[in-house]
Amino acid sequence: MSRDMLVAQKPEVPPIKQGEVITGADALLRSLLLENVEYVFGYPGGAVLPIYDSLYGSHLKHILSRHEQGAIHAADGYARATGKPGVVIATSGPGATNLVTGIATAQMDSIPLVVITGNVAQNLIGTDAFQEADITGISLPITKHNYFVRDIKDLPRIVKEAFHIATTGRPGPVLIDIPKDVNNAKAPFYYPETVNIRGYNPTLKPNKMQVDRLISAISEAKKPVIMAGGGVIASGSEKELLEFAEKTGIPVICTLMGLGAFPGTHPLALGWPGMHGNYASNQAILNCDLLIGIGNRFDDRITMGRTKEFAPNAKIIHIDVDPAEIGKNVDTFIPLVGDVKLVLEAALEKAEKADTTVWIEQLKEWDAKHPFSYKNNTGNLKPQAVIEMIYETTNGEAIVTTDVGQHQMWTAQFYKFNQPRSFISSGGLGTMGFGFPAAIGAQFAHPDRLVISVNGDGGFQMNQQELAIISGHNIPVKVVILNNKCLGMVRQWQELFYDNRYSQVDLTHSPDFVKLAEAYGVKGLRAETEEEARKVWMEALQHPGPAVVEFVVESGENVYPMVAAGTTLDQMHMGDEK
Amino acid sequence: MERHTISVLVNDQPGVLARVANLFGRRGFNIDSITVGPSEEKGLSRMVIVTTGDDKTIEQVTKQLHKLIDVIKVQELSSGPMVAREILLLKVDASPATRAEISGIVEPFRASIVDVGPQSMIVQATGDSEKIDALTELLRPYGIRELARTGVTAMSRGVAAVRA
Repeated sequence: MSRDMLVAQKPEVPPIKQGEVITGADALLRSLLLENVEYVFGYPGGAVLPIYDSLYGSHLKHILSRHEQGAIHAADGYARATGKPGVVIATSGPGATNLVTGIATAQMDSIPLVVITGNVAQNLIGTDAFQEADITGISLPITKHNYFVRDIKDLPRIVKEAFHIATTGRPGPVLIDIPKDVNNAKAPFYYPETVNIRGYNPTLKPNKMQVDRLISAISEAKKPVIMAGGGVIASGSEKELLEFAEKTGIPVICTLMGLGAFPGTHPLALGWPGMHGNYASNQAILNCDLLIGIGNRFDDRITMGRTKEFAPNAKIIHIDVDPAEIGKNVDTFIPLVGDVKLVLEAALEKAEKADTTVWIEQLKEWDAKHPFSYKNNTGNLKPQAVIEMIYETTNGEAIVTTDVGQHQMWTAQFYKFNQPRSFISSGGLGTMGFGFPAAIGAQFAHPDRLVISVNGDGGFQMNQQELAIISGHNIPVKVVILNNKCLGMVRQWQELFYDNRYSQVDLTHSPDFVKLAEAYGVKGLRAETEEEARKVWMEALQHPGPAVVEFVVESGENVYPMVAAGTTLDQMHMGDEK
Repeated sequence: MERHTISVLVNDQPGVLARVANLFGRRGFNIDSITVGPSEEKGLSRMVIVTTGDDKTIEQVTKQLHKLIDVIKVQELSSGPMVAREILLLKVDASPATRAEISGIVEPFRASIVDVGPQSMIVQATGDSEKIDALTELLRPYGIRELARTGVTAMSRGVAAVRA
């Protein structure tokens, strides 16, 4: 398939007669088409044979992974890159349990997924039948909701509800487990037009009085700061946030999940906070008198688990669509429940310029004192230099996915994201093996955009089998491997907190990544110096198809700044600065 | 750490109890007792959960319960006047010589003897947990063979109702 052919054609739904008698499997696929699903990612097996038989010749595009985990992370990457729900299909038993990490990853970062699993026929349920697993039980704490379909007549309604629940309020994964007999059964197909779920009515419109309290808190503040999280991106309110920040003059910190929610190169952009965040952001939290959290969740990589000492001088305002997030981690002065977009729209009507001139001068001084930096003096290729080069050569316009570990932090530090949905990373669960398949999903979603997957040598090997997808579909994902020949982040903690006792972090016996790529029919490149790095990277960018580029980097490099777990944000270790 | 009684109206669906129990388990909330049964509306069940925790924890319990799709309504009953009752069945050693004495203890509790055997009796009592505790302690010296309590079910006093 060429890149042009990938430009998604809107799937044409075959004419469906209301009441036509069809199988459960056909009803499932028609329901997906009616939900405007473009791609499904998946892997077949015994219990989903009826679904895969219906897929044969269907209008739905199915992407075959080489492991169910690859499929679900790809669906997740598709969802993060578009805001539309990702769809994944797996069989019963091991197929379903292989999805578990992917479901939990999506749940932690509030990503809309519709996860479809097969199960054994209902006469075998509970008998420990071949490939039987209680996936609704297993996935109960890691889904927004899940369903076990007992009757084919319920199937279309359940699919409709699943898409509604996954994509509204605080988004998240919804699992539908369908036993084989339901997929084989036949019934008249009726797709409901509306959804009516009695126990599910997210509060979207903000309380006006609370919005007024927000406005007056801003007018009283001398040192206000906004902390924008993934909820800004989920609600599609980057424009409103930009307008709000510019109108009020309040500087903006983006959390890791919020990178791109506010332009990283904007004069009011402060950076990102927490364990490996920048000095100015952490100083802003320590010194602000008003902290406006928007669609964030005050996670322990930012509060360091010391919630009483977090933002010690500030009134905290917390805006979120999920009331349970408010007051969960930090005490909140003004709770503001609602869809971030609607809250910001309401706030924009009354917002006025705050007097932040002196405050911003101070923040700029802090930023100038300790920008993200590293020492480039060993003669070895520095991983940070590779990320800087990738940023420069792509004008900051690529979609960049990361895996988890040091390279993830360096990407967040040295690539400035100006657009939402362009930094794709497993923030909450911290799932190694996520980044590469997520890039595949993002590339299917955006065939005309440059998609770069930044990996470490450890995490890449957790789902490297998905090279088969980028090869088979010839999709032009550029896979970057920062190879430090070890599990860098674990090694860093062993160096700093375990007295240099490097336990099980040596990855020297990894494959030759160039040969590995070539074995899959993908272009493979390697660089060991800055000069080579630039040369092979330009070659990869100019190559029309997929490419794997291995950068052999300094192995002992640590991520700085660093705030050790259990300490507070004023205890930043700056490392080797420039 | 105070005791709180929460009334939860839920869909009468397979797995709902598991969802609620799982939520309490994974977030480290206590369940002192939980009762489930039909409600005034067909298709909905009512759970009454007694839990222990500070105000912040109870706020989280309530909010997290609300997030479950099968939960229709959540109300903390113990924040206002309520009636809370549980049922006790207690099998106590009772010889012909002690039967009358035991009956004398049971009577002021408005409890009743629902089974009499040659060596034992079953006492049934209804009331709040303190009353059940008190009766149990009075019967303990006679020898408790078996004890079963339903856990608390409750509702608010007055007109106000936890309705969908």
